[in-house]
Amino acid sequence: MSVSVRNLKKTFGDIEALKGVSFEVKTGERFGFIGPDGAGKSTLFRILVSLLLPDSGEARVVGLDPVTGYIELRRRVGYMPGRFSLYQDLSVEENLTFFATIFNTTVAKNYHLIRDIYHQIEPFKKRRAGDLSGGMKQKLALSCALVHKPDILFLDEPTTGVDAVSRREFWDMLDKLKESGLTVLVSTPYMDEASRCDRIALMHRGEILEINTPEGISNNFGRDLWAVHASQRYRLLKILRAYSHAESVFAFGEQIHYTDRRHDFDSEELESWLASQGLEKVQVKKIRPSVEDALIALIGREAGGDQSTIMQPGPVYPGPKNGTGA
Amino acid sequence: MKQDNIIEVNKLTRSFGDFIAVDQISFEVRRGEIFGFLGANGAGKTTVIRMLTGLLIPTSGLARVAGEDVFRRAEAIKKKIGYMSQKFSLYEDLTVVENIRFYGGIYGLSARNIRSKTDELLNRLGLVDVRDRLISELPLGWKQKLAFSTAVIHDPVIVFMDEPTSGVDPITRRQFWDLIYEAADGGTTVFVTTHYMDEAEYCDRVSIMVDGRIDALDTPGGLKRAFGAPDIDEVFVKLARSGGAS
Repeated sequence: MSVSVRNLKKTFGDIEALKGVSFEVKTGERFGFIGPDGAGKSTLFRILVSLLLPDSGEARVVGLDPVTGYIELRRRVGYMPGRFSLYQDLSVEENLTFFATIFNTTVAKNYHLIRDIYHQIEPFKKRRAGDLSGGMKQKLALSCALVHKPDILFLDEPTTGVDAVSRREFWDMLDKLKESGLTVLVSTPYMDEASRCDRIALMHRGEILEINTPEGISNNFGRDLWAVHASQRYRLLKILRAYSHAESVFAFGEQIHYTDRRHDFDSEELESWLASQGLEKVQVKKIRPSVEDALIALIGREAGGDQSTIMQPGPVYPGPKNGTGA
Repeated sequence: MKQDNIIEVNKLTRSFGDFIAVDQISFEVRRGEIFGFLGANGAGKTTVIRMLTGLLIPTSGLARVAGEDVFRRAEAIKKKIGYMSQKFSLYEDLTVVENIRFYGGIYGLSARNIRSKTDELLNRLGLVDVRDRLISELPLGWKQKLAFSTAVIHDPVIVFMDEPTSGVDPITRRQFWDLIYEAADGGTTVFVTTHYMDEAEYCDRVSIMVDGRIDALDTPGGLKRAFGAPDIDEVFVKLARSGGAS
C-alpha cells in the first residue's frame, strides 16, 4: 500500500474542509480525486505531503506518517501544487537545477526520468519561467516535481484552467510515467479526466462520496439513464423539468440526460408525448452513465434525495455553509 | 452598424511589440445571442475581450460594441456592458444588500433606482431572508446567482463572461447556464468563454481562436458537420492541434 488514510479531518475556523476521509492507494496505481472547488482536494494533498497538519485521523504515505516522519517523507514525494509555484524570474533551466540541487541531486543524474517531458520545453530553457505559456509551465512544473526521483507523485489540479488540447497532452505524459511504476495521486475538477485513472474518489464538500474504477462508478448508477434530444433544447429542458414523471433532468452538451420515476417507463411514449408538445426531431436513447452523471446523482442524494428540487429557482442548497477555496 | 448586431469586428488587430496577439479577426455577434468564444490558452481570447470591453486600445482594424467605437468611446462601452470574471466578483465581507448597492453605485444608478433594484433582486433570487448576511456565509449557488445579477444590474445590452463556471460543481455549473438562458431569453446578449466543451454546445454560435485568428465560427451543429466530429471537444482538438498550440 502506497497511501493509507483513515478518518482524516481538518477544519479552518468553522469550515470543515475534510469531514473524515478514508481511502487506500496501491503502489503503482493512478488514483484520481474528482470534485469541484471546495471539495477538499487541495487540503487533503497538503496534509499528505506534510505541508499542513490534520486535526485528527491517520495517514501513511510510503509507510511514513506525514506529521512525525515529514523529513524523510519530503525526500520521497513529488508535489505539484495547484498554483504555479516555480520561480517566475528564473529561467526554465535554472528552476530545474534549483529543484535538483535542494534535493541533493543533479539534473544529469535523473535526466532519464524527465526526458520525455523536458525535451518538449528544452528549446526554451533560457526563457524565464514567467514568460512560458500555460502548457509549457505545466511541463516545467512536472519536470521539477520529478527531478529528485520521488516514489510517489501528488498532482493538485494540474489541468485546471488549461485548454482541452493541453489537457490531453498532459494525461498522455502521465501515461508514460505510469510505465515506470510511479504511484500518482491526481486531483481534477474535470469529470472527463476520470477515465484516465485506475480508480477515482468522487469528492464533494469535504467528503468522499464513492471510490471505484471509472467503470464501477458508471455501473453503480443504479437506474436507467436516457439521452433526450430535440431541436429546441431550452424548451425541451423546461418541458422535461415540468414533466410529472421526471426524476432528474440535466443538460449535457446538446442532449438532456433524463431519469424517470416509473419502473415501467416507455421511451417511445415519452418521445410521442414530447412531439405532441410541439418539439421537433425528438429522440430518446438509453445511454451509459458517465462519471459526471454519477457525481450529479450522488450530490443530489446528499442534498436531500429529490434532485429535481435542486434545480428549482430560489435558494439552492439547504446546507448552512460552503467551504470554498479550502 | 446593423440594428441587430451588438458586436461588429472587422480586421481587428493587436500587437505587443513584434508579437501579434490578435491577427485581423472579423466577426459579428447578434442581439440576444449566446456567443461562445473558445480558444486554446494563449490563442488571444483575453486580448480580444479586453479590447471589446474598452480596457485595451487595438492596434488597427474596426470594432463596435453596443454601437460604440472601441477606439474613441471606451468609457461609453464600459457603461453599456456587463462583465463577470472567473471568480464571482462579490465582496465577501460585505452583506448581500451592500454588494447590490455597491454595484448599483458603480454603474451610476440613482439612489431610488438602486432601492427598487435591490428589492426586485432579493425577491426574484429568494434572498430576502439573508439580505444582511455576509457573502462569505452564503453557499456557492446563491453567490453565483447574485454575482450574475449584479453584473447585469444596470440592464446592459451585452454581458461578457470569462470562464464563469471554472471549478464549479456539475450541478451549480448547469444552474449557471439556466441564468444565461434566462438572460438571453430576455434579450440580453451573452458573450462567454469556457474550457468545458460541453458548454460550447449550449451556445447559439461558437467561434474558435487559434494563434490570434478565428479559425472557425458557426453553430455547434454546423461546426460538428464541417469537421466530421461527434462533439465540440473533437472540433477543438482538431483545430488547435493543426494550429500547433503549445
